[in-house]
Amino acid sequence: MSPSSKDRLLTTLLQALAAVVGLLVLLIFAFLIRESTPAMTQVGLSRFVADESWHPSADAAHGSFNLLPILAGTLLTSAGAILVAAPLGIFSAVFCQLYAPPSLGWLYRRMIELMAGVPSVVYGLWGLVVLVPWIAALHPPGPSLLAGIMILALMILPTVALLADAALASVPREYLQGAAALGLSRNTTTCQILLPAARSGLVTAVILALVRAIGETMAVLMVCGNVVRMPASLFDPVRTLTSTIALEMGYARDDHRAALFACGLVLLVAVAVLIVFAELFSRRKTHAAA
Amino acid sequence: MPPRSIRWKSRAFDAAILVAPVIVSGFFLWLLADLLFQGSVYFWPSDSSAIQLSAIVDMLQHIVMFLTAEPEKAGREGGVGPILVSTGLILAVCMSVALPLGLGTAMLLSEFVSEASRFGRAVRRSLDILAGVPSIVFGLFGNAFFCQWLGLQFSILAGGLTLACMVLPLLVRAAEEGFRAVPQSQRHTAAALGFSRSSLVLRIILPQAAPGILAGLILGIGRALAETAALIFTSGYVDRMPQSLLDSGRAISVHIYDLSMNVPGGNSPAYASALVLVVLLVVLNFAAWWLVSRFLPRRSLS
Repeated sequence: MSPSSKDRLLTTLLQALAAVVGLLVLLIFAFLIRESTPAMTQVGLSRFVADESWHPSADAAHGSFNLLPILAGTLLTSAGAILVAAPLGIFSAVFCQLYAPPSLGWLYRRMIELMAGVPSVVYGLWGLVVLVPWIAALHPPGPSLLAGIMILALMILPTVALLADAALASVPREYLQGAAALGLSRNTTTCQILLPAARSGLVTAVILALVRAIGETMAVLMVCGNVVRMPASLFDPVRTLTSTIALEMGYARDDHRAALFACGLVLLVAVAVLIVFAELFSRRKTHAAA
Repeated sequence: MPPRSIRWKSRAFDAAILVAPVIVSGFFLWLLADLLFQGSVYFWPSDSSAIQLSAIVDMLQHIVMFLTAEPEKAGREGGVGPILVSTGLILAVCMSVALPLGLGTAMLLSEFVSEASRFGRAVRRSLDILAGVPSIVFGLFGNAFFCQWLGLQFSILAGGLTLACMVLPLLVRAAEEGFRAVPQSQRHTAAALGFSRSSLVLRIILPQAAPGILAGLILGIGRALAETAALIFTSGYVDRMPQSLLDSGRAISVHIYDLSMNVPGGNSPAYASALVLVVLLVVLNFAAWWLVSRFLPRRSLS
């Protein structure tokens, strides 16, 4: 075989492999849409917000399909987790970059990486056995929005911390040397120079953490109590989109199954929008800086 | 000397920066300590309170028994033998599909198409989205596509294929980094020597990128090992020893979930299984880290 035809063969092979990978996302979208179509035709969009409760059944006529409390559950747990994890994660990254001696910073980074590697089901187990009884002692029943927020915050913290750390590390060293030469204090350097210079990276970090929070299933499923009701306080149980899918897929048939795929589709669209948004945001900022 | 109010603010800010890592490590170390303690208590012989040689031997025996025995009474007793086998088979299916796909894509992206090419950008964009797809959505997709449309039912094959979709972005990224770590000068030299593109890539670049690819493979295995939500509705719950890839098999993370949520009194074996899982993950991560730091020098900033 001549070298050039071998080149062509390899290129074609690799293109075919990459095309499979590229088409996978479309395939996932297509199958979720296909499976959730009965939910749109049999149940209809309006019933997902107007029905009196979430009591789905295989036959759309006999069930009720109000998704609002479940959507609220996903929004509240993820928003709460981001509110806790974003400052903690960004402060952690600043700590690694400016405050910690190198050896401590190294150790702390390794610990965060270990945190990122711990499976969600282990976080869930700990939440269920340790955190929930602790919250129950504070204010019954225990499995609650608060437990979900705390576990989720702990789980997405590594995402924020590691990405923010990388964003801060990519700030040109001259900025910091300039700040030091001007005799600026450490916190002025942080607030006025380091954080603004790394802003686009920090926003991306928070968005990607939000993506993780929205999609997290097992830990939330294990600590949130899973009652479908609008929570009135932090101590009320909630149910998220992801846990609804995990709890009901086992026995769902026909229209009920389609409704669960519709939940999955909502998740997928939300995540895709956030990711494209994060990408656009980081690209715009890079161009502005260049 | 700055005015007092500014000094006070700056102290408060410094305190906030220092408190954050304390809170984070506090919670995480609490979790780790709890896992280690409760997990090893399960293996510790109940009749011995002092640390003696015989107790340690008993404990080792108990660990070996746990790793090999069949689960009994829904996992309250017995071990996780068949579950480890199922987990291993799921991982093997996952990696044997994901590795060629991921490696080929990474090779194309880093050696054959330019950053600006439309095809390359489209593949990258879809990998970015794939990386963010929630695992439960992979579970739904796997159930609809592999289990029902392709007729695989709940099986190890379906679970492994679903996981393969999930770990692809991670594999591609790691392999690409491995490729990019090969110095540009080698590509120029090979071009000057009249190497064809394919022999350059296959003979010069691939061997040098191998440790990075292997590290990515190990991280992918770690990610797949940790996964629960994508497996519940694809590889299923059955905790018997699988006879073939078309049998349903319970992964260890699903086992932990089932024990803690659906089995009363399942918490201690759940902790023991979680300890096994985390130890495996730590070993895998350490292996990946060692490979990267040993064989992949930091790219020079030239």
